[in-house]
Amino acid sequence: MENSFFVDSARLSPKALEIKHRLESDPSSRKNHMEYMEGMQRIDSDVCKNVMAHFDSYDPSAYTAADVKAALTRTGCGIEDFKALLSPAAEPFLEQMAERARLETSRHFGNTVYMFTPLYIANYCENYCVYCGFNCYNDINRLKLSPEQIENEMRVIAESGMEEILILTGESRSQSDVAYIGEACRLARKYFRLVGLEIYPVNVDEYAYLHGCGADYVTVFQETYDTVKYESLHLLGHKRVWPYRFDAQERALMGGMRGVAFSALLGLSDFRKDALATALHAYYLQRKYPYAEMSLSCPRLRPIINNEKINPRDVHERQLCQILCAYRIFLPYVGITVSSRESASFRNGIVKIAATKVSAGVSTGIGDHESKYTGKEAEGEHGDEQFEISDGRSLFTMYSDIEREGLQPVLNDYLYV
Amino acid sequence: MKDDSLVIGGRSFGSRFILGSGKYSLKLIEAAVRDAGAEIITLAVRRANTKEKENILDYIPKNVTLLPNTSGARNADEAVRIARLARELGCGDFVKIEIMRDSKYLLPDNRETVKATEILAKEGFVVLPYMYPDLNEARALVSAGAAAVMPLASPIGSNKGLCTKEFIQILIDEIDLPVIVDAGIGRPSQACEAMEMGAAAIMANTALATAGDLPLMAAAFKRAIEAGRLAYLSGLGRVLTRGASASDPLTGFLCD
Repeated sequence: MENSFFVDSARLSPKALEIKHRLESDPSSRKNHMEYMEGMQRIDSDVCKNVMAHFDSYDPSAYTAADVKAALTRTGCGIEDFKALLSPAAEPFLEQMAERARLETSRHFGNTVYMFTPLYIANYCENYCVYCGFNCYNDINRLKLSPEQIENEMRVIAESGMEEILILTGESRSQSDVAYIGEACRLARKYFRLVGLEIYPVNVDEYAYLHGCGADYVTVFQETYDTVKYESLHLLGHKRVWPYRFDAQERALMGGMRGVAFSALLGLSDFRKDALATALHAYYLQRKYPYAEMSLSCPRLRPIINNEKINPRDVHERQLCQILCAYRIFLPYVGITVSSRESASFRNGIVKIAATKVSAGVSTGIGDHESKYTGKEAEGEHGDEQFEISDGRSLFTMYSDIEREGLQPVLNDYLYV
Repeated sequence: MKDDSLVIGGRSFGSRFILGSGKYSLKLIEAAVRDAGAEIITLAVRRANTKEKENILDYIPKNVTLLPNTSGARNADEAVRIARLARELGCGDFVKIEIMRDSKYLLPDNRETVKATEILAKEGFVVLPYMYPDLNEARALVSAGAAAVMPLASPIGSNKGLCTKEFIQILIDEIDLPVIVDAGIGRPSQACEAMEMGAAAIMANTALATAGDLPLMAAAFKRAIEAGRLAYLSGLGRVLTRGASASDPLTGFLCD
């Protein structure tokens, strides 16, 4: 079934609707997505060029079973092997890939599984990304938590035992500026050992500021490396600028962050090519910044409020598993995070093969942790979710489930130095 | 046989097997320590930096000497700060310096390691630096006040064995501190070989963590390390470059 991304809200003014429809139907009404906007910093980097050379020339259908077999029998895994493992020809070899991936995971990470929870502190957004629940034309409850509310949410989460937090905002500089996010990081340092950020891309000095406030990891999803497709999905706002987003992880490292995370949103475009580019993005940056810690995620499209038809299309669990095994074999040393977008059974299985980090106790809404964690009636207003999650397990349940699989859950393995 | 204790920083240990505590379930630590007969166990300070109900420190038997490591440090300054934190956490004065500026191979940075060793030794720490086996840097570590040196056998976690054998032998021959072979030892036979060469002790983690039965492998390492040590103390028999030599002389029948 094809995705139906465009949804009109009855609350939009005729003028707003007119602009929205023009953006959707007339590409010439949109800004050039390859052109930097004012204030966006350019850095000197050849990482993008290296990644995109492979992305552009990669034809997944060109690989054969013999290529896959050769890749699986070789010691180590080169870029060509990785391309074979991502191809449709590798699908019949999924079990062998899983065996090899499990070996690599165990060699590098033993039986440990790290746990974290995301905290959305604001859902205002200035972008029109047609598949996202936070998009500026979607009629949802908007909220930005005050520092007191943030601290209250953090206290509730910390009381559950969680030690790593990922702070998220919608992508709105005007509603959630860098100082506001910095304040959230300072508060987080009081309650958590490790603070990560998933916010709009910023400049090097701003990443340095946020690092000084206590954040050490930055996640930016490129959504898709297919620039033409990207242009057709991100119609309005600063997020439309594809190359500025691409260089975000490098700017974060230049700003002093310890680690960075990458992903495409699988299902937006050719997921095999996007998976290739995601891993190569990490691979080339690691060569340039060898001390940096790299991590990959693997989000698939999920239904959003006002649009239940959004789904990951041809990326089924088998394909997702194939991608994760290929990631692990190609980059045995990177972290792999599997979020609550995926089902409990998938996550229980994949932590035994390739994943090293899972979220627990998740809400993608704003200001609702207290009611969700304690059952206490929500007093104030709350902001709506970015997408529907699939695995709603609490930290406690997740912890026991991981232990039951014979794995060691780890809440912290990090020091801010 | 006279006392053959391993002496590090003025303390004597009967066991020459230093056990790692990463990559496996906390509940297995006690059995691993017991079956390994280990008296020293390493742990990552960053792992102990937790409010978690299951703190790794609670799983380590109290009669074992803690060897906290500074993993996660990217330079001397960070290693020094982590070592001080270890002391504050009650992990004692032993510290294993690990400084890596490479998240892929986790190879130690010898230059920064020498700097950190100098600072921490002056602060009264018993410093055991993890290093790439380089004679010049090992000498610098001796001058900086290290209590032992810990050269890697092969890339960490690889279980590939004594890839750096020749260079470790040079350290054993030239350095007057205990040389503890660390990282990459994957099998008991490799541990035994390093001990036969004159290594003072073996540190292993992944070899056990990825074994089929962890406590059983701990016991296997214990015996291999002891066997290697005895062979070293005995002095190995010579190896002929060609031909053979009968146990009884061929000319033994001759009477006059």
